[in-house]
Amino acid sequence: MLEKDVPQDDGMAEGLESVCYAVDEKGDYVLVPSVGWDAKQVANDQAWDLINEEIENVRQQVLLGKKSILAYHMVKKLMDISLLAEYVGFSRLKVWLHTKPGFFARTSANVRQRYAQVLEISVEELTDLAQLESNTK
Amino acid sequence: MTITTNFTHHQTAHCESGAVANLISHHGVKMSEAMAFGIGAGLFFGYLPFLRLNNLPLITYRSIAGSIIKRVTKALDIEVVSATYRNQAKAMVELDQLLDQGIPVGLQTGAFWLPYFPKAYRFHFNMHNLVVVGREGNEYVISDPVFPELVRCDRHSLMKARFAKGTMSPKGKMYYFKDVPPCDDFAPLILKGIESVSNAMLKTPIPILGVRGIRFLANRMEKWPRKFGLQRANLHLGQVVRMQEEIGTGGAGFRFIYAAFLQEAANHCHHDELLALSARMTEVGDHWRHFAVLAARNCKGRAEADEGYPAIADKLRQCAQLEESIYLDFRSLYS
Repeated sequence: MLEKDVPQDDGMAEGLESVCYAVDEKGDYVLVPSVGWDAKQVANDQAWDLINEEIENVRQQVLLGKKSILAYHMVKKLMDISLLAEYVGFSRLKVWLHTKPGFFARTSANVRQRYAQVLEISVEELTDLAQLESNTK
Repeated sequence: MTITTNFTHHQTAHCESGAVANLISHHGVKMSEAMAFGIGAGLFFGYLPFLRLNNLPLITYRSIAGSIIKRVTKALDIEVVSATYRNQAKAMVELDQLLDQGIPVGLQTGAFWLPYFPKAYRFHFNMHNLVVVGREGNEYVISDPVFPELVRCDRHSLMKARFAKGTMSPKGKMYYFKDVPPCDDFAPLILKGIESVSNAMLKTPIPILGVRGIRFLANRMEKWPRKFGLQRANLHLGQVVRMQEEIGTGGAGFRFIYAAFLQEAANHCHHDELLALSARMTEVGDHWRHFAVLAARNCKGRAEADEGYPAIADKLRQCAQLEESIYLDFRSLYS
């Protein structure tokens, strides 16, 4: 890649410059700052679209009463059951059960506290279903 | 309370080679990122469909995380002290103690919990490397190799990042250099690094690694649209590009770093052959980049009729072909 061909497509990096290795006109390698590249952006957008789709899916299911609000906050933090289980230190089965509304409703304050801590939200937020309804995005 | 270690921060393209190069330079042996990447034999390829990242197969364009550090420090005879922890508080206390002594400390962390990362990059990805170079009260001053300037991170977030969970979790891993002997002749280390890369890419025991791995991926890729349907095939393809271009600079980036290393190596080894090989490696990098462009077009559904999956698979085969001939020619350097 030539120095002048280093892509400068502004996007997801929020202005953050990363460095690329490129060749100058004499054929020597130089470090060139780059603000981004469209091909990279496409792949990154695709990954986030998938995640956002999943979040919206789960949100609908929570509102329909098929999943607990914990499931929503879990996918919002890009986690799945096994990752969340590892973070809170519960078995996967236990976390899976807690993604069902009936089981989550019966959890103790202590258990909720642990989930909230791992997900970096307050316990109120973790149990606030109303907020989920207004949250269309 | 302010503690600094007089660490010189250089922005690099890849976190691990950058962290180790900066650390070695701090201890008096001037080393560029490319040199660390080359001596550490960082170049690799592996298609690991049984390891999943966001439910899609993992593709790696470099050797396993931690191996660059291991190889470089071993080659230079550097005494490395490293530790992992169960107790999070203890891990932070020991970090503080080292900083108090003026020692910069390398950490392996997850990317998700680091507050200074742009949001688009914050995935659960656990193979990030950074160097903690100072502390101001509860705030750590960090030389993150892929950032232009020093960054700051609060204690709580750093602890979370150090104890990120999931695939390849860092378990609070930290390392620092105790004794760095002076080294003025890189030539033998360079040749050894080149030999390891050549062997790793050519003499692979299983077909999903090395040059065979690239071809394996090309064959699989051709079947994706039929196997998964176009939509899911595009997701797989996007993942290949994402692993290539984003997660630690990726495939093309690594090929360019390696080309820079070969160029620098030519000065150390007085071998003109290395310059020609560097130019060829640059060409391979360009092909990988072209592959990414084609793949991105497919993902967006903007590919021309002759740019579909067979075409991009052929592009991969071309990369494999060119890389293979380079690795074969490496043999004449050290044998």
